[in-house]
Amino acid sequence: MNIMTIIFDWLNDQLLKMTWLSELIRLLVEKVFGLSINDKIGGSIHFFIYDTIKIFILLSALIFVISYIQSYFPPERTKKILGKIKGIKGNILGALLGTITPFCSCSSIPIFIGFTSAGLPLGVTFSFLISSPMVDLASLMLLMSFFGPKIAIAYVVVGLILAVIGGTLIEKFRLEKYLKGYVREIKNVDAEVPEMTRKERVSYSKEQVRDIIHRVWLYVLIGVGIGSAIHNWIPQSIIENIIGENNPFAVLLATLVGIPMYADIFGTLPIAEALFTKGVDLGTIMSFMMAVTALSLPSIIMLSKVVKPKLLVIFISIVTVGIISIGYLFNAFSYIIV
Amino acid sequence: MIIKVLGSGCTNCKKLESNVREAVKQLGIEATIEKVEDFKDIMAYGVMRTPALVVDDQVKVMGRVPSVEDIKRYL
Repeated sequence: MNIMTIIFDWLNDQLLKMTWLSELIRLLVEKVFGLSINDKIGGSIHFFIYDTIKIFILLSALIFVISYIQSYFPPERTKKILGKIKGIKGNILGALLGTITPFCSCSSIPIFIGFTSAGLPLGVTFSFLISSPMVDLASLMLLMSFFGPKIAIAYVVVGLILAVIGGTLIEKFRLEKYLKGYVREIKNVDAEVPEMTRKERVSYSKEQVRDIIHRVWLYVLIGVGIGSAIHNWIPQSIIENIIGENNPFAVLLATLVGIPMYADIFGTLPIAEALFTKGVDLGTIMSFMMAVTALSLPSIIMLSKVVKPKLLVIFISIVTVGIISIGYLFNAFSYIIV
Repeated sequence: MIIKVLGSGCTNCKKLESNVREAVKQLGIEATIEKVEDFKDIMAYGVMRTPALVVDDQVKVMGRVPSVEDIKRYL
């Protein structure tokens, strides 16, 4: 075997999957609590402690590194880069920049207004808006930790394709008239982005770690809690009948349940992981994760402040249909990557 | 000197405002501190990430809360 593959697998197992941590917690559960991890209670405790610690370690390290990279790509700069590019290339670049631009649903309005007032095509703005919460560097690394590199890369690629197609469709329908009036009145101003020193980038990255952990820790705990319940307490047959291959509407159900939910990918992953070990199809799990991250009630409410209902409904429909199609396609072809 | 804190009332915007007040107090300078909360006015500075700090109509910081020490340097 190729030595690179061995090194890569070792790094993936130790750094991302943290098999050493799993082993350590197994010892804790077995030796200190005197429970077997094959029992329901022991298994739940193991899943809960291991996943919680793993997610928080990965989260802190990843957010730090990624915030540092992101500090070079503020949305003000993204806006200028995107302004120079026309056609589908703009959508592709918009989707790609969505993965490295710092973004939380609280800044979606200023970003939306900033992009449109700069004269960016509506489709490019939407490609950015779709990819930004759904796919980013942190989620790629976390998916690698939970599902391995193939599935992680497949998720990211498919997510980007959805963002490009979604944006392109919105462009084709010529929906500019469905922006709220005041949005179009705002004049474009190009701010001089203040250059940051290295010290400022480091302190910015630390601040991001603190902020994001503060914002998501509860969702992570809830996610891990649900995951460990699914993993240990809910019989396989029930899961198979509801969202397993026995139910042809599994993807549809997973998407519709996921849409209104508001959670970061960090809270969603432990649930996805537990479903995966229970034999739920990969496409169904992908649809669920994408639905949770790409659309949520708070982000829809935010968006409704800048676009008229018709555009909002078209946007939600395109993304929903896209996510459902991805789920069914993956279920049909997942044997290629698993 | 006119200092403006841009942001629509998020917790970080309040933190920035209190850091600014502290910095002004420590430096003992004369300054008016204004809060800009309307999106239209925020966008007029080309700012897409809040909170932002504007000193005499120059954007100094976007999308983060600098420390009191850092703010003193900007003033």
